[in-house]
Amino acid sequence: MNKNIFKTGLVVCLMVSLISCDKKLDRFPTNDITADKVYADFNGYRQAFAKVYASFSLTGNNGPAGNGDVQGIDEGTSDFLRMFWWAQEMSTDEAVVQAGWNDPGIHNFHPMNWSSDNVILKGLYYRSFYQITLANDFIRQAADDKVSQRGITGTNADAIKAYKTEARFLRALQYWVLMDMFGSPAFVTEDDAPLGTFIPEQTSRTELFTYIESELKDIEATLAAPRANEYGRADKAAAWSLLARMYLNAEVYTGTAKNAEAITYAKKVIDAGYSLEPDYRHLMLADNHTNKNEFILTINYDGLKTQGYGGTTFLTHASSGGSMPASLSGIGGGWGGIRTTKNIPALFPDVNGTADKRAQFYTNGQGLELTADPAPAFTEGYAITKYRNVTKTGVQGSSPDFADVDFPLFRLAEMYLVYAEAVLRGGTGGDKPTALGYINALRTRAYGNTSGNISLSDLTLDFIIDERGRELYWEGFRRTDLIRFNRFTEGTYLWPWKGGVSSGTGVSANLKVFPIPSAEVNANTNLTQNTGY
Amino acid sequence: MSRKTMLKAVVLCTMLFLSHVSYSQNKVVSGKVTDPRDGSGIPGVNVAPKGGTTGTQTGPDGSYQLSVDGSVTTLIFSSVGFTTQEVNIAGKTSADVSLAVSTASLGEVVVIGYGTAKKKDLTGAITSISSKDFVKGAITTPEQLIIGKVAGVQITSNGGAPGAGSTIRIRGGASLNASNDPLIVIDGIPLDNGGISGSPNALSLINPNDIETFSILKDASASAIYGSRASNGVIIITTKKGSRGKPKFNFNTQVSVADKTKTVDVLTANELRDYVNQNGTDGQKAFLGGANTNWQDEIYQTAVSVDNNLSMSGAINSMPYRLSVGYLNQEGILRTGKLQRTSVGINLSPKFFNDHLRIDLNLKGSASSSRFANEGAIGAAVFFDPTQSVYSKSPRYGGYFEFLDPDPTNVKGLRALAPLNPVGLLEQQHNNSDVLRSIGNIVFDYKFHFLPDLRANLNLGYDISQGEGTTRINDSAAMGYKRFKDGAGVYHGGTNNHYSQHRSNATAEFYLNYLKDIKSIDSRVDITAGTGYYDFITTVVNSPDYTKDGTVVSSPKFIIDKPQYTLLSYYGRLNYTFKDKYLLTAAVRTDGSSRFNKVNRWGVFPSVALAWKINEEGFLNNSQIISDLKLRLGYGVTGQQDGIGYFDYISYYNLSSNTAQYQLGDNFYNLYRPGGYYESRKWEQTATYNIGLDFGLFNNRINGSVEYYFKETTDLLNEINQSAGTNFSNKVVANVGSMENRGVELNLNSDIVRTKDLTWNVGFNATYNKNEITKLTISTDPNFRGNQYGGISGGTGTTLFIHSVGYKRGSFFVYQQVYDKNNKPIDGLFEDRNRDGIVNDKDQYQYKNADPDVFLGFSSSVNYKKWNGGFVMRANLGNYIYNNINATAGTRNNIFGVAFLANAYRDFLNTGISGTKTGWGLSDYYIQNASFLRMDNINIGYNVGNVFGNRASLRINANVQNVFVVTKYKGLDPEMASGVDNNFYPRPRTFVLGANLDF
Repeated sequence: MNKNIFKTGLVVCLMVSLISCDKKLDRFPTNDITADKVYADFNGYRQAFAKVYASFSLTGNNGPAGNGDVQGIDEGTSDFLRMFWWAQEMSTDEAVVQAGWNDPGIHNFHPMNWSSDNVILKGLYYRSFYQITLANDFIRQAADDKVSQRGITGTNADAIKAYKTEARFLRALQYWVLMDMFGSPAFVTEDDAPLGTFIPEQTSRTELFTYIESELKDIEATLAAPRANEYGRADKAAAWSLLARMYLNAEVYTGTAKNAEAITYAKKVIDAGYSLEPDYRHLMLADNHTNKNEFILTINYDGLKTQGYGGTTFLTHASSGGSMPASLSGIGGGWGGIRTTKNIPALFPDVNGTADKRAQFYTNGQGLELTADPAPAFTEGYAITKYRNVTKTGVQGSSPDFADVDFPLFRLAEMYLVYAEAVLRGGTGGDKPTALGYINALRTRAYGNTSGNISLSDLTLDFIIDERGRELYWEGFRRTDLIRFNRFTEGTYLWPWKGGVSSGTGVSANLKVFPIPSAEVNANTNLTQNTGY
Repeated sequence: MSRKTMLKAVVLCTMLFLSHVSYSQNKVVSGKVTDPRDGSGIPGVNVAPKGGTTGTQTGPDGSYQLSVDGSVTTLIFSSVGFTTQEVNIAGKTSADVSLAVSTASLGEVVVIGYGTAKKKDLTGAITSISSKDFVKGAITTPEQLIIGKVAGVQITSNGGAPGAGSTIRIRGGASLNASNDPLIVIDGIPLDNGGISGSPNALSLINPNDIETFSILKDASASAIYGSRASNGVIIITTKKGSRGKPKFNFNTQVSVADKTKTVDVLTANELRDYVNQNGTDGQKAFLGGANTNWQDEIYQTAVSVDNNLSMSGAINSMPYRLSVGYLNQEGILRTGKLQRTSVGINLSPKFFNDHLRIDLNLKGSASSSRFANEGAIGAAVFFDPTQSVYSKSPRYGGYFEFLDPDPTNVKGLRALAPLNPVGLLEQQHNNSDVLRSIGNIVFDYKFHFLPDLRANLNLGYDISQGEGTTRINDSAAMGYKRFKDGAGVYHGGTNNHYSQHRSNATAEFYLNYLKDIKSIDSRVDITAGTGYYDFITTVVNSPDYTKDGTVVSSPKFIIDKPQYTLLSYYGRLNYTFKDKYLLTAAVRTDGSSRFNKVNRWGVFPSVALAWKINEEGFLNNSQIISDLKLRLGYGVTGQQDGIGYFDYISYYNLSSNTAQYQLGDNFYNLYRPGGYYESRKWEQTATYNIGLDFGLFNNRINGSVEYYFKETTDLLNEINQSAGTNFSNKVVANVGSMENRGVELNLNSDIVRTKDLTWNVGFNATYNKNEITKLTISTDPNFRGNQYGGISGGTGTTLFIHSVGYKRGSFFVYQQVYDKNNKPIDGLFEDRNRDGIVNDKDQYQYKNADPDVFLGFSSSVNYKKWNGGFVMRANLGNYIYNNINATAGTRNNIFGVAFLANAYRDFLNTGISGTKTGWGLSDYYIQNASFLRMDNINIGYNVGNVFGNRASLRINANVQNVFVVTKYKGLDPEMASGVDNNFYPRPRTFVLGANLDF
């Protein structure tokens, strides 16, 4: 009987202990932590802040891949620069891709037949918003009261204030990308309801322009002085550069030209103490972090510590193929992907760069013409050797597989070109002789002497678009430039396979903005798709 | 009415008379129980007087002796695998019995969740398969024992690698993004679906030879007692136990020889040479080599395997025990691959206090040691240029031929993008692992002394596994040649890595069961109420990546990760039987999971089922045709939480790896990244309706069942797009959408011949399943095509499948190929399906899917005197496969590659596809009908009888596995669970010789 009592007792104990297990349903990750723990101290703030920048160059939290930020797309492709570059360059005369590349969506850019299901466009839209969402989150966490509640004071609190301002800059920059590409995307700031509880409203291109403009002007005062911030972080000059670029395109974005403002802000940058890197061919090399004199803001890469399959790793590898030795690009082996159409070599006096050293073509075994639709073998179209993972002294970067090359989001040369173009477009506050001086500065660097310099009469808008091609090709400007010059969809300017036709053809004007991804239109019921899609 | 009363009175009087007469004496009955197949005695048969309690078991030779009260007129003989038989012993003292082999016998006891039930009393859709019906042959992983045997259960092996696992789908699975795997319970321990590093498949650590029965719970009324984990069905595996009597030994040995049946149909060296010479440029012709190498022959081998099992069972002082030891040594047909497994099983089932306390102790352990062949060689052998030889004359790269880069400054010397030598891939990679696993539990089952109808059952169990392994690649091997440049600019090659993982799962369950026959109201109640606690911990040890010489390439940020989740359950079940004709089962379970936040943590899963034994009704009592007829109706709701993140109902910040740092100023920072989350995530629920009819005709010589089911899953765990800016991930697994599965199952068994010398049994099952997604997103949007997923080879980031409303789950999402008048695909020409004048991704459409509409199983066995034989065949109808190899290797662009040649899939000679047109890889031309008929096994056996001077009995057998496949599909194998034919480890044909010795 005792035994029975004992057993019954055991059973009761067991039942009770099982019921008390309820608490055991609270399980936590081993290494991941909650926001409260991340933002408990300054170091956590800094590491979360660094992620806002890092989403420019990294595709996820495991380099090179394995824990991606953006879903629904191959992680290596989901890199900001790779997709931004693809949308800006592959849709134009500056780039074609090899046919054998079979990644989804990539072949719809050159013939200009993309749809709202395009994976690259979806990836780009969500990548831009990813950085915006991180920025919003950081801005909320960096609110003054939160910082002081967490006991962070003094220089650390001041640093967090600066971080918050820069997060606003990065958000504005990404909203510019969205405005330029998609026109009227969703709109979310830190003032919206907490994540997951609301559906954002759609903004118009004009509203967005006004918002970005006011944000940039609002943070202008608190951003660090030009060239005074740490490398890789935005300063006043970055905000001015973005404003200048936006104003130059204002007529496209809003219908109202703002060339005077473009001149004002370009001039602010130009007068901030920057100077051109002496050798154009040193711009996009493995040790180009030393080009601080010309670069205003960069996306940073490192072959060992910042690994991914996008960015300059993509630009150095995908551009290498055919008979091009991999060592020329400072890499272990090329991917044999991207080249250019004959329009770009045609901008230069010679393709070998004898006169204009900006002509960095690889022509050995490469044909100039593109025969097949839509994307011929790598050997059709000249290859481009602008991005190379070697140092100025010719030493390979830190890794043969991942590039060290940093990418300038803004550099002084662009501001020269903005100034000149805005003057030619009738903007006030600048003058043609100054503009000519800036253009000839670029050309003197390109030629190594003044032999390529032009005169005032040469300085026309047609010259500017070509000069932008020569100076800025493959740097992510071409689509925006062609739209501004009415050459993107129109039949007046053609390139091989534009519109899917061998000799090129005009296409519908609605293609000047990309479609909002169908996934987003489905998820956000407030959105209306862009016209024509 | 009056006649019935009279009948009753007569019966009563007779019984009184008989009892009166026989009260005066006890009698001893003896005899022998034999197997009709060979006349041998059957040991361990339960012999009990009808209505009595004390019985006995037959001895090793099948003989028995039982003292019974003189009033007893009937003895009941029962044994697993045989039809229970009642024998009249009125006036007899001896009774020899030949037990009929049961064909899914209705008298069989079936293991159900938390208890057992007689098959004839089942109310749910439950199929039980016992060892005698298992698929025969060299079977190394348990689920293969029942392949093709059960309607509604589709088992597809994941290839031919040693110990390869299977994809198991019961009634099509119930989920989109959560798991579709059924719950597997071994001797009361619910297993975790996750695998362990270093093991090809978690189930392969269980020795199939130790398994006695499988019970498959298919509908919700049967499985709801497992609540949260039962949406995809439950497979209950029971291992063999000891039986009373003298120690019995069984030794089973098998030797098997396996060989490939088919290789991927690529061009021969000469065919490629001819093609290149006719179509290539001079430069391309120069790439041709002089050899004739069949690369697929180079990587495969004839594999020899041995499987030995020894078991001992008996009883020590009335404590039944069973011990078993197994040793498997299996070679893979892909060279260098092998698996060795040693397994041990111990079962003890002592009883105490006059059998009031029953203890079941089950311990299973296994140690496996594998070398995994580098399966990358399978694809490489398809593509590699057959005009090149295996070996080069240079010692570089270990002497294997590789494509070289003429650029002398290339430090690796290898041609970019070229495939690596398949033989080198195999021989130069050593991926060895050792895995230990132990599953054990102890069950205390106590019948209360003061109330024997009440039973308490405590089940404590564990499942622990430890996997570790090494990956070693020599630094001369091309695959890791100079793969890392250190800070000083020095290159290091090869790999010397270690990995390890530990899993520790604990189970604690307790229930009370009350079973009472209430004669006064002709009822029987069986009530169970219990609780369970289940805990799952995985410990992952993250190790640095080293080159051969020990240089660190990258090191993990965190050494240990220890994800854990926990389930807590309360459940109850009522079985009510009225007049032994009307059966009701009602169950409810509530489960809490640590994967949901507090508010949504608990789910309630009810079920109810009714059954009516029609044959017990008066109008069928004397039917000569219908011996059994039962109608079952069931409804139940089950839940699902498997296959989703452990913690992501809140946003956690993850610290980035050391290769994902960002530079600001002069410093690099590891980054804190907030994770996507879905706060209101909750249980996915599946409601199942089931109607079934069990029947037996002509004294059950023909028996079977027909079932119709309808399953609706709501609150689907579904990865949906997030509105940009509202979450840290643009896709999260949310509870949105619904999906339906409906189907019909037919199961038929027939003893066509049942005589003393000859029995012939035929079994057939058929399943029709139709799946449809009915809702996928929060808002309805006609322009939204669905959720695309599933990568393929040959297009980075290309997705092949789509979940779309109104279509089957996982439809292929492809372009519609346009054909010329000779029915040849026109290169790059696809239908502009939306008629907008542009062919782009908007023209992709949902076309077919990988799941069969109908699948069939057909098996037969014959016993003639001492001979026996049988076969198992299966057919899938309406399943399609994406022939990925054709899409990638069947193009001109593939042959002429970049700066080397690659071999082509033979169909290229027919299609001439260029491989340079947009979207060619997603042509529906490559979606091919893969309906098939496969003979899985054919076997023959002979019972030698007594050997070694009657001290042992010997049976020998021979098997062929994967005998033949009939299909229109042109690829390697039409049976691929993934629906994508690419880099598939071929299923070998295996010839097996076996011997089985009882002593």
